[in-house]
Amino acid sequence: MCCLNDLELQKIKNNDESFDKLKKNSDSKGNNNSINKISTTLNLLCDVDTLRSLIKENKVRVVDVRKKDDYLKGHVPTAVCLPLAELLSDDSPESIINILNNLGISDNTPVVVYDDTFGALASRVAWSFKFVGHKDVSLLEVTYSGWKNLGLEIEQKSNSFDKSSHSLNMDYSIYADASYVENANNDKKKVIIDSRERLNFLSEHIPNSKNIPYTMIRSEDSILRKPSELKRFLENRGIDFNSEIITYCGSVGTLSGLVFFALKAAGVPNVKLYPKSFKEWKSLGKAKIEFKDANYWDLSAE
Amino acid sequence: MRLSKKIYGLQYHNDILESSVDSDILSSSKKNDLNFENWGLIEESEYFANKVKLFRQDQLNADEFRRFRLQNGAYGSRLNSDFSMIRIKVPGGDITPEQMEKIANLAESFSIGSAHVSTRQNIQLHWVQLEDVSEVVRGLAEGGLTSREACGNTIRNVMCSHFAGVCSNEPFDTTIYAKAVAKFFLRNPMCQNLPRKFKFNFACCSEHGLVRIADVGLVPAIQDGIRGFRIYLGGGLGAASFIGHLLEEFTPESRLLSTCMSTIRVYDRLGNRENPARNRMRYLVNEMGWIKFQALLLKERDIVEATTSIPTKNVFESTLKIENNGNSLSSLSGNKNTTTTILPLINSENIQTAYERWLNTNVIAQKQSGYYGVSITLGAGDITSNQLRVLAESIREFSEERKARTTPQQNFFIRYIKSESIPKLFAKLSSIGLGNPGANTIVSPVGCSGTTSCNLAITNSHRLAKEIQSKFLELNYDMDQDLRTSTIKISGCPNSCGQHEVATVGFYGGAARLGNSMAPIYTMLFAGSTGENGELGKVVMRVPAKRIIDVVLKIIECYKEEKNDNETMHDWISKISVGRGNGKIQNLEDIKKILAPVIKLPSFSENPDSYKDYGSDSNFIAKTARGECAA
Repeated sequence: MCCLNDLELQKIKNNDESFDKLKKNSDSKGNNNSINKISTTLNLLCDVDTLRSLIKENKVRVVDVRKKDDYLKGHVPTAVCLPLAELLSDDSPESIINILNNLGISDNTPVVVYDDTFGALASRVAWSFKFVGHKDVSLLEVTYSGWKNLGLEIEQKSNSFDKSSHSLNMDYSIYADASYVENANNDKKKVIIDSRERLNFLSEHIPNSKNIPYTMIRSEDSILRKPSELKRFLENRGIDFNSEIITYCGSVGTLSGLVFFALKAAGVPNVKLYPKSFKEWKSLGKAKIEFKDANYWDLSAE
Repeated sequence: MRLSKKIYGLQYHNDILESSVDSDILSSSKKNDLNFENWGLIEESEYFANKVKLFRQDQLNADEFRRFRLQNGAYGSRLNSDFSMIRIKVPGGDITPEQMEKIANLAESFSIGSAHVSTRQNIQLHWVQLEDVSEVVRGLAEGGLTSREACGNTIRNVMCSHFAGVCSNEPFDTTIYAKAVAKFFLRNPMCQNLPRKFKFNFACCSEHGLVRIADVGLVPAIQDGIRGFRIYLGGGLGAASFIGHLLEEFTPESRLLSTCMSTIRVYDRLGNRENPARNRMRYLVNEMGWIKFQALLLKERDIVEATTSIPTKNVFESTLKIENNGNSLSSLSGNKNTTTTILPLINSENIQTAYERWLNTNVIAQKQSGYYGVSITLGAGDITSNQLRVLAESIREFSEERKARTTPQQNFFIRYIKSESIPKLFAKLSSIGLGNPGANTIVSPVGCSGTTSCNLAITNSHRLAKEIQSKFLELNYDMDQDLRTSTIKISGCPNSCGQHEVATVGFYGGAARLGNSMAPIYTMLFAGSTGENGELGKVVMRVPAKRIIDVVLKIIECYKEEKNDNETMHDWISKISVGRGNGKIQNLEDIKKILAPVIKLPSFSENPDSYKDYGSDSNFIAKTARGECAA
């Protein structure tokens, strides 16, 4: 059991229909009472129907990354509470493993993460889980508001589960730090993607980075557009799917976390996140490109 | 599909294009296209994406690519050609809530999260990455919209007075004619490669419209029971501006198409293709002389009428017919208002609440009794995606027409609102920051995009317009009946996108050395006006950017001291502009003397900020790049 591997993903990237089918196709071999012994294949995005049946069958750990107060007002049934801020307060691998254990997530527990911030916070958490070696993690395709607007069941009770024991198996293939990004800067086989909004990008960005604002990748009813659309955006930009792509954003890797998953969904095998992002880049005094020849901020009607 | 390819094939072969109309292509296209409100063509998206790839791979040279890009409505952004401004055509200014929602989504996904209403009723998306333009084109086509021929040497967005259909002084609704003209010439081989851009403007009556400053301006008229127009040719604003000439006393509806076609043919044949600064039709008219041009045109029209095939004519006329049938609301009968359209609904002296204040300037009675038109005040045309969505909802909820118009004052105008809905509409608009009063008054200056995105701009006219708006709202100037008919219009360069020549007080941006420092400076003009009797403003003096607000305040102060009983500020300014003042200030020289101390800047060391442009914290430098209008 595992997520779809990259090759499989590539095979289906041209075909939204089969992608949709695969999203729904969770094959269970496990034991209904113990979440730890089941085997489920989740895709990057988990659709609402799939999650509801997984919840009914007790085959999934749902993680709500909103603030505790919001969680207590109502959440997806069986969801546990993990505010993003709690994870970010110490996102060392050991701490993340500790969090997984406290939430009762074992190596083979399918995890579905959601937020109410168009998937960006959920993405950062999901990426962290992947980073320490948890493979079967997926984003709920709708936000909590989306879930509620569909009229789906919610509950208010706090959930907790028996502590588990997750192994630590770091996946550095999805991680980049400042010096890695700096080296990638002049490497034609590597592409750096700035995930912030257009005006922030114009103001200043890492040299040679390309802008894919996080606002580009969602659709009206899903936190990610169809793979075929995401793929076309990359093709329009002349990005080779075999390049290594590094995403960054403003400060903690949320917006770029979402773009990380969008790139995976589009079928790019090799994607890395620079979680410390532009905030650290600037504090280290690294080179940046600024554009001061236009007063574009004055166009905003805000 | 087949059609578009044919046209694409033709598009860049100028020799084939020379004023020829392939009636088969046109007529077949019209037959297939049952929905006349659909301006988009989805295949243009993929076509654009491919051209960008070829350009990026150096397989398409920059000039050729630029021409293609402009033809499809994408300008290069200010000093950064990796980004584009996409100009979405809104033919006749008529737009549906669904289209507004589509634009909201596109602005959020690919632009800066807000859209911009232009002075020619387009909606512009700024700072779109060149690689994403094709996606915007795709989204527009899905919403029945296009940016095709919104830039470049083509027939630009066909404008129509936003009062058309509801104006109590109009002989008939011209919207359908504007759309039929737009439809006929869009993607038409005869106007894919004109000497320069070409602009149509339809009025609803002699007062409302920009008919004297368009290549072709049309004022509706009825003669002996027959619909027709008074057509003005060869007007236009720019570094050199001209007022259009009346072609003939009356042009019947039946000759509308042939008149338009012959004008385009004469211009296409004789217009200046050498000098980019002299290639608009107004220069041709001016150099040839009106009498000669007029004679040539009337002769050309006879040829066109004798040679235009019936299928081609049918293309145009069937559009009119369908449009006419589909337009049920404008013929709403009942008691018609016959008084003036713009009227205060309440006595402005007793304005108590924000709602009353807004009613005073933003709501007018339509000719259809019991219905009202509501202006949505924007800041220099800017509106966020969220605001657009709420506006779209409001239109669906409150407008019986279920549509909106973009206005040359860079606002939206929604019509067919019942009086009992007006308070609810206001509440909804206010909840999202769209409830400001002062639309179409001195409180809402027009401002082109200026240095926020335009290659040609010297100054930040856009921000200046917004600064004046917030200052004047604070001063409650919208409540001043004397000021409400005055307008302020600002361009960031002499090219007049801000239409500064037709404002009560107009400004265009430039740069000047003052002492040892450069400063942004505006040339101020007085007493321009729109409508059939529109006149161009007269240059008064140059004013540093940071002194403009004080200068306007001083002008208002002078006016208040000098005015006769019921004289508006616009009347007073018009009067002194022709030297007919009857108080202390008799002419422009007098007011220049009074303003001279106001325009003076402190020394640079004393106040460096006054030498900087609005929205900028660094010292002013006049930077521009090659304009693309002429490309």
